[in-house]
Amino acid sequence: MALHIIVCVKSTPSSVNVGVDASGQPKIAGVATALNPFDEFAIEEAVRLKERVPGSFATALTIGPDAAADVLREAIARGVDAGALVSGAEFEGGDSFATSLALSAAIKKLHAEKPVHLVLFGKNTSDVGAGVVGTQTAAWLDWASASAIKKIDEISETSATVTRQMEDGIDSVKLTLPACLSTIKEINEPRLPSLKGKMASKKAVFPKWTAADLGLQPAQVGAAGAGTTVVKASLPPARPAGLKIEGATAAEKAAKLVDILVERKLI
Amino acid sequence: MAHILAVVVPQRGTLSPASYELIGAGRALADALKAPLTAAVIDASAKTLAADLATRGADKVLAVEHAGLANFTEESYAKAAAAAVAACGATRVILPSTVAGRALAARLAVLLKAGLATDVSEILPDGRVRRGYYGGNLIAEVEFKTPVAVLTVAPMTFPRAEPTGTAAPVEAVAFEPGAVQSELVSFKAEETREIDLGAAEKVVSGGFGLGGPEGFKLVYDLAHALGAAVGASRRAVDSGWIPYKHQVGLTGRTVRPKLYVAIGISGQIQHLAGMSSSSTIIAINTDKDCPLMQMASIAVQGEYAELLPLVTAEIKNRKGHAIAA
Repeated sequence: MALHIIVCVKSTPSSVNVGVDASGQPKIAGVATALNPFDEFAIEEAVRLKERVPGSFATALTIGPDAAADVLREAIARGVDAGALVSGAEFEGGDSFATSLALSAAIKKLHAEKPVHLVLFGKNTSDVGAGVVGTQTAAWLDWASASAIKKIDEISETSATVTRQMEDGIDSVKLTLPACLSTIKEINEPRLPSLKGKMASKKAVFPKWTAADLGLQPAQVGAAGAGTTVVKASLPPARPAGLKIEGATAAEKAAKLVDILVERKLI
Repeated sequence: MAHILAVVVPQRGTLSPASYELIGAGRALADALKAPLTAAVIDASAKTLAADLATRGADKVLAVEHAGLANFTEESYAKAAAAAVAACGATRVILPSTVAGRALAARLAVLLKAGLATDVSEILPDGRVRRGYYGGNLIAEVEFKTPVAVLTVAPMTFPRAEPTGTAAPVEAVAFEPGAVQSELVSFKAEETREIDLGAAEKVVSGGFGLGGPEGFKLVYDLAHALGAAVGASRRAVDSGWIPYKHQVGLTGRTVRPKLYVAIGISGQIQHLAGMSSSSTIIAINTDKDCPLMQMASIAVQGEYAELLPLVTAEIKNRKGHAIAA
């Protein structure tokens, strides 16, 4: 038994503390980019599955400008075997709907070359943060999916049993493979890139696919294929100035605090 | 013709306050678009649950009932929700921003070829919606480009729909799951029946400033006195003082309670992302200049170990008097 695992990753602004530009959109021009922090967990899990099931192969997949190849290199430095870049002006301005369609088309292409068993995703991206692309990708592929995954308990080439963190407890879910899983931070503790990995990442060459290469029309991807548009971005309303509780003793401060809670009907 | 559908996803066969919030949000959207509001409930006992929902202000309730819907799986529930959409011709479908609601919305959006917006905190009169992004540092105003749109609403944002005294008609929707791609093997409930963070009206969180795991005892004491859920900062979780499920912030849960008490939390941007929409924020910290003390509605400078027992005792004392009165 050997698995082919795909990890979907994204290049996101390295700081989300951004303002609004003159056109009313996030001011991200010139902000350094990095691997979406949540994707570290998905990459680590792919590498752990390789260790668990010898002979397995992991491919990192991303959509973005040419510079997004940096996150594929990061994935290789962390132990993934190969990468693929989906890139082209037609992909700009895509939302989760258009992005997941493009990812599903790229996964189909990889699946045709080397059958895929599992596609892993981070919890969400640090910029848009919707946490839906993994499930939407599965829906386009008509594959099984599960989200909020904190453990892959059992896996074979045809099925996986996973632990899902729900609000009221934990589910054990059995999925027919291939399937898409969206992970959460609890799934593992990512290791740092190894020296060997870093060397491999420098030499790595990635195929670059356009919409046409994926059998998609330009109208299906990017802003043209999106189901939503962010009309404008704004800063959250400022919070009203706060109250400082003063007092000579801790008891005095505690009493004043509880007075305010009662006054504001919070207790 | 606009038509709103609120898809209620019961958990373990029961409705939650979030179910009623969803009807409340559906009503807000229906009123904004001057459209009828249908509620759909997906469950193995959907008809029974539909009778409760029917009294909460929807114009009609659809029950998608099948033995295969006893437990949440993404594929089967999405097919069930799509059946409800087809039954009423909905143009706007709203779901809760829970693990199940988010996944269901994601699949449904693809099935319906619909634009999707998650964690919606505001519905504008023209049908556009607002949601936080960039870790809560920005608010996006989102317009849907597709004839049908799917959205999930942030918890604790919309009023819970109250019983109206009248009952809307309930209709059963035929549904066959077909071959299943995933199934629930087992469920293990949380051992302690603590209040869930995401649905809590009050949250008391502890951070690295507690200095160790024993500090959380005082945090729990205060939370119990207030009837609050317990949260934590990333550093407290990473230090192993409290499990990850309590983590509030960018890599944890997003909360928006009426009252958020942050104890020994300096307020790194990642933490603020998960709680800055709370109505009233109380910060207790020795450092009066840290970000959380600066942004708090009420800031108390001092040693938590000294302050917390006094605050907890004072709350118990006042509550005791209230009962006596």
